[in-house]
Amino acid sequence: MIRYIARRLGLLGVMLGGLVLITFVVSNIAPSDPAALAAGPDATKDMVETIRHEYGLDRPLPLQFVRYVSDLLHGNLGRSIQTGDAVADDLARYFPATMELVLLSMAFSVLAGVPVGMLAAVWRNSLFDHAMRMLAVSGVALPAFWAALILQLVFGVWLGWLPTSGQLSVATSPPPAVTGMVIVDALLTGHFAVFAEAMRYAVLPAFVLALPSIAAIVRVNRAEMIEVLGSDYVTAARAHGVSPWRVIGWLALKNAMLPTLAMIGLRFGWTLGSTVLVETVFDWPGIGLYAVSSAIASDFKPVMGVTLIVGVTFMLANLVIDLAYGWLDPRTKSA
Amino acid sequence: MSGIALRVAGRHGQFVAWTFAASASALFGLALVAGFLLLAAIGPSIVPYPADATGAMHLAQRLQPPSAAHWFGTDEMGDDIFTRVIVGTRTSLWIGLTITGIATLIGVPLGIAAGYLGGRVRGVIMRTTDVFLAVPALVLALAIVAALGPGILHGVLALSLVWWPGYVRLIEAKALTLRSEPYVEAARTMGAGHRWILLRHILPNCFSPLVVKASMDMGLAILGAASLGFIGLGAKPPAPEWGAMISVARSYMPDWWWYSFFPGLFIFLTVLGFNLFGDGLRDMLDPRSARG
Amino acid sequence: MTGAPLLEIRDFRLSFDGYEGTAQVLNGIDLGIAEGEAVGIVGETGCGKSVLARSILRLNPSPPARFSGSIRFAGREVLTMDAAELHALRGAGIGMVFQDPATYLNPVFTIGSQLADVLRAHGLRGREKIRQCSLELLEAVQLADPALLPRYPHELSGGMRQRVLIAQALAGNPRLLIADEPTTALDVTIQGQVLALIAGLVSRLKLTLVLISHDLGVIGAICRRIVVMYAGAIVEDAPAEALFAEPRHPYTRGLLAAVPDLQRPDAMPRGIPGSIPSARLPPPGCRFHPRCPLAMPVCRRETPRLAGDACHAGTAHRTACHAVP
Repeated sequence: MIRYIARRLGLLGVMLGGLVLITFVVSNIAPSDPAALAAGPDATKDMVETIRHEYGLDRPLPLQFVRYVSDLLHGNLGRSIQTGDAVADDLARYFPATMELVLLSMAFSVLAGVPVGMLAAVWRNSLFDHAMRMLAVSGVALPAFWAALILQLVFGVWLGWLPTSGQLSVATSPPPAVTGMVIVDALLTGHFAVFAEAMRYAVLPAFVLALPSIAAIVRVNRAEMIEVLGSDYVTAARAHGVSPWRVIGWLALKNAMLPTLAMIGLRFGWTLGSTVLVETVFDWPGIGLYAVSSAIASDFKPVMGVTLIVGVTFMLANLVIDLAYGWLDPRTKSA
Repeated sequence: MSGIALRVAGRHGQFVAWTFAASASALFGLALVAGFLLLAAIGPSIVPYPADATGAMHLAQRLQPPSAAHWFGTDEMGDDIFTRVIVGTRTSLWIGLTITGIATLIGVPLGIAAGYLGGRVRGVIMRTTDVFLAVPALVLALAIVAALGPGILHGVLALSLVWWPGYVRLIEAKALTLRSEPYVEAARTMGAGHRWILLRHILPNCFSPLVVKASMDMGLAILGAASLGFIGLGAKPPAPEWGAMISVARSYMPDWWWYSFFPGLFIFLTVLGFNLFGDGLRDMLDPRSARG
Repeated sequence: MTGAPLLEIRDFRLSFDGYEGTAQVLNGIDLGIAEGEAVGIVGETGCGKSVLARSILRLNPSPPARFSGSIRFAGREVLTMDAAELHALRGAGIGMVFQDPATYLNPVFTIGSQLADVLRAHGLRGREKIRQCSLELLEAVQLADPALLPRYPHELSGGMRQRVLIAQALAGNPRLLIADEPTTALDVTIQGQVLALIAGLVSRLKLTLVLISHDLGVIGAICRRIVVMYAGAIVEDAPAEALFAEPRHPYTRGLLAAVPDLQRPDAMPRGIPGSIPSARLPPPGCRFHPRCPLAMPVCRRETPRLAGDACHAGTAHRTACHAVP
């Protein structure tokens, strides 16, 4: 098992290197002059040249890359033109809010998707199965930003049940920061009223984010459960008298979870990506909104910073999923 | 064809048709896709207010709710939303085709090279693919568009660059298993050259998963472009692109909600149609893969 | 042989609905097995013997399978049992050993937990007791090694896995053991060991045995009574010595002639011409008639019924053939 982990960590290192390289390449395909951009619209030619020299933009590309990597290792991701702060500081401020949303959304997806998929397989071709399959197929096709707008309209405006923007109401002060995630911090520091309110604000965006993932997980889990339920070892367990629900919910499900886990990993990445859309609609103060507002203002460094951090997060999540795979399936350890 | 071959083909055709037709959802998907293609082809010629497609101004009629004259209502310029949505179908079609086309053109050869040649070539290609796939698609596309500058062409280019790795993965896996199939080994021992093996054995067997993925990707690519448009980095108004329309419509929520609703509905139905159609194709072409 | 049969199957028919039509898999099985008997069911692949075995425990999913007739175990009708009665039947009344240990053991659970599952299903509680019982079971199948409990199926050899399957089948203390091709997936050298193990367990635990195989040699080694199946029906049912000495049904004779004879190594074994009929479009009348050297016009019209007379010790020798009086 240790060797498996070590191998995956090594792979992770290579991937991180590749990610850094890609972000560097993307930064340099910009047609506009980065020095002029950094200097701002009122700069004179001399100021632009000074900036160019200061940032090493007049050096050959490989050297620029070295400088880029060294900057990254020192935590220097550049400065945002919009906020005026270091990108690294901005990211530290906004990242927890996004993670909060993503984790909540993944929790919804798994807690709803796995049981529904399992039951749809057990009650195959029943009304429940057909209804769930229709919902699942629609769910995957649902445009995140459209669903966000519609649900915001229905639940926020017409029914008035849930708030429509932000993480907390303007009047409420956030709890003391432990992890930076408002919901978690409120819970950890005992501010239950703040916790309840934060949940109210998070429910709608998290649910919107979760919808396509619930659909995808239902589909995969259902297909896998159908296959597993037809397998020989399930027949054997039933022949030996093991109770039907134990066969379904434990003996069969554990086998079906293997590909489902892979789908959960994919959906995590998709959810991370969709935060740019959902955070925009709900004014959620996360890195998605940060990236979008920076991109629109042609403020490039923050977008690169967000790309890096999202990439790293996804890679780490995939590592966790791989390890979980190794734990669930004893055959991979020997592989 | 010999008698036996005809009967086998006929039986197979029966099975295939039974499978597809037995699936109401696949037929529904086919209907949606057919509708989409029809609208893209003849839509702009039959819309009630053709001038509105490019943003003519009729400020006296701005932001009207759906009515007999304007089935989807009017937008902030007074343009008929129904017209713009229908014309947007053609825009979406070329967007989807371009992205899927470029992604396939880059991804399939690389995938075949990786799967068939193996070794160092495969290592380099797959590592690069893995890194691209490590960044969620929309974020990477956002970054590329942010670097290149907004606009629909840059959006399409960015999405193509984000999409090709998926094809490499698919084709590489297929080519890898095909390479060790007994009939390929047999062909090699009989002296077949690489080109023959590739053309005769590898490529044709890659065809069905490729077609399935491409069909489903059409919808997803259109969704991706619409997402970029929604953020404001794709097509620029007054182009009748669905995502860009919703981006503007957002400022008119909640009172004039129909403005956001209808373009989004069309995106949804398009993606749904291609998804269902792709699923049906997959059941038809490879019934052994996860069936409903 | 005394009293009512432990397992009694009467006119059992089963069909499967598929996209190409309905397949008539079992056509009127009549079989009675007394307590303590060791019966072998022999037949080619596709004759329905495994389907029959599963039907006894109602393991065939009910659509698409449709059945009629009667299967009684210890006097109770299996085909109408509710969930609780089925639970009491499976594992505790009848135990089943399956064919391919590679696929009949759950790959993601340890041997220990798979044994524990069966033990718990039959009412055993407490980790220590379960562990103790699991070790006893393993010992009974000649795998007395506690280190096996935390192992996974893929870490064991084929023979060891098959023994685990046998242990699972016995965990509920059944009265009847059905072994469906228990040695088919094993190497020849291991086959003998596993067969001997089964024979030993059957005699020690006083089990009634139904052994299913396509291999007459395997059946002949343990079973006192042999039932020959062909295309979904029983064609001959006789005590083993009677069957080998005096096979009556042409198919049985064909089967015996197909076995190479070690006493006469130069004699070529004779095959049976033709192939087994399709279950969807079976031949009319007797299903064997297209391949039968004794076929008569009546064979094309009427399905022969299983009938017979007593031979030694009052055991019947039944045959389903128009050519046999």
